[in-house]
Amino acid sequence: MALYSEKVMDHFRNPRNVGVLEDANGIGEVGNAKCGDIMKMYLKIENGIVQDVKFETFGCGSAIASSSMATEMIKGKPVSEVKELTNKAVAEALDGLPDYKMHCSVLAEEAIKLALEDYEKRTGEKI
Amino acid sequence: MIYADNAATTKMSATAVNTMISVAEEAWGNPSSLYAHGQRAKEILEKARGDIAAVIGAEPREIYFTSGGSEADNQAIMSAAAEGRKKGKMHIVSSAFEHHAVLHTLEKLKKEGFEITLLDVHSNGIVIPSEVESAIRDDTCLVTVMYANNEIGTIQPVKEIGEICRKRNVPFHVDAVQAVGHIPVNVITDSIDMLSASAHKFHGPKGVGFLYAKKGIRLSNLIEGGAQERGKRAGTENVPSIAAMAEALKEEIAKIAEKSAYIAKMRDRLICGLSEIPHSALNGDGKKRLPGNVNFCFEGIEGESLLLLLDDRGICASSGSACTSGSLDPSHVLLAIGRVHDVAHGSLRLSIGEEITDADVEYIIKSVKEVVEYLRGFSPIWRDLVSGKKEFIL
Repeated sequence: MALYSEKVMDHFRNPRNVGVLEDANGIGEVGNAKCGDIMKMYLKIENGIVQDVKFETFGCGSAIASSSMATEMIKGKPVSEVKELTNKAVAEALDGLPDYKMHCSVLAEEAIKLALEDYEKRTGEKI
Repeated sequence: MIYADNAATTKMSATAVNTMISVAEEAWGNPSSLYAHGQRAKEILEKARGDIAAVIGAEPREIYFTSGGSEADNQAIMSAAAEGRKKGKMHIVSSAFEHHAVLHTLEKLKKEGFEITLLDVHSNGIVIPSEVESAIRDDTCLVTVMYANNEIGTIQPVKEIGEICRKRNVPFHVDAVQAVGHIPVNVITDSIDMLSASAHKFHGPKGVGFLYAKKGIRLSNLIEGGAQERGKRAGTENVPSIAAMAEALKEEIAKIAEKSAYIAKMRDRLICGLSEIPHSALNGDGKKRLPGNVNFCFEGIEGESLLLLLDDRGICASSGSACTSGSLDPSHVLLAIGRVHDVAHGSLRLSIGEEITDADVEYIIKSVKEVVEYLRGFSPIWRDLVSGKKEFIL
């Protein structure tokens, strides 16, 4: 049995929306190098919609796959919906993660939530 | 596939496989049975014991077969502790980067009231003998130091430590799991009282190993039962595996000089090639290391991602990152040589064997370079390092 599902490996090998978004108006970074995981989400929000999203991740295969999957799940979605994204949903979309890797999906959820908070701070808008 | 994880396990040699099969088919009797069929198995068992003893300079009666290196480590340490306790000597000296089979046994003893001194292994990953000497006290009942480290391959000054222990009359145990079959090991010249080894690290089968205990060393049992192994390790002997272990070891020893010279040459080429990667560092001493061990840290990336992408390219390797161990902390070995967490997560261990070719070495160097560069390309840490927001460590 492989360590990860095919979906995880697909997102790990071909991460979607990877890189930096120069005109992001909401940025969230979670994790720390000490623990071996850092995830950074860049959101471009316009008219209440996540128009564009990119990520950078330092971490294991499931951390990279979780970031990639999460960006796909929120791209083009209204912020009200994005706010509700859970780590469970990310993990499920990846056809599951090993128990000890669930925290990777938590990082994805938290990075997005932080990016939304950052957007609120920058714009004074309430999501 | 390029297999560069021989420190994890090795492929069984054809000799070992054939021995295992033929013994299982032809000499499957119980060595404790008195009829000829049982005694045939007994003969094979004792021949293996003699062969193994000869390789390490021991007497056959000083070799006890076990289920592997971990069991041998456990039994050696628990035995010395039991003897120490009887004499009121409850202090043990070891090193900070021992295998968990040793460290976890020591932790257990600590809970039982033993005092444990873990020696510094310094930035080069080598214990300093004079520090062993200063650590030994009147109540020290054991010194246990590994022959060569399983992650960074550094070879310890076993002979010097052995002489100190003899002088101070303290039993000396050596976890030689990574050394036996790879570099010359001799319990007489190295003044070793107990030594652990594991067959699958030298092209023998898994689930079998041995403990050498010098005559006069009292062993206590981990497993109670029958009178096998001079009453020190109960359970019907795994004769096919034991025979295969002995054959595998003899085969490795017969070619050890030639084999290790070739592997070391390939190792040095890998070290040279991988050193070209910016902000990388070799872990452990460059010279005093096992012929097949290469271990690097690459700043700004995480080890598991590196391993998965190398696997995609057909390279089997290992890492000391937390993610590969299932814990939050990276390898205790890398932390012991002073690597900080941030860097220790980005480690790569290649442990090569004699089948490696020039082309394999070139391919590994090229692949690691490309994968490290690729992962750094979307690593937020790397971005911070390059932009000057954070300072490079390596």
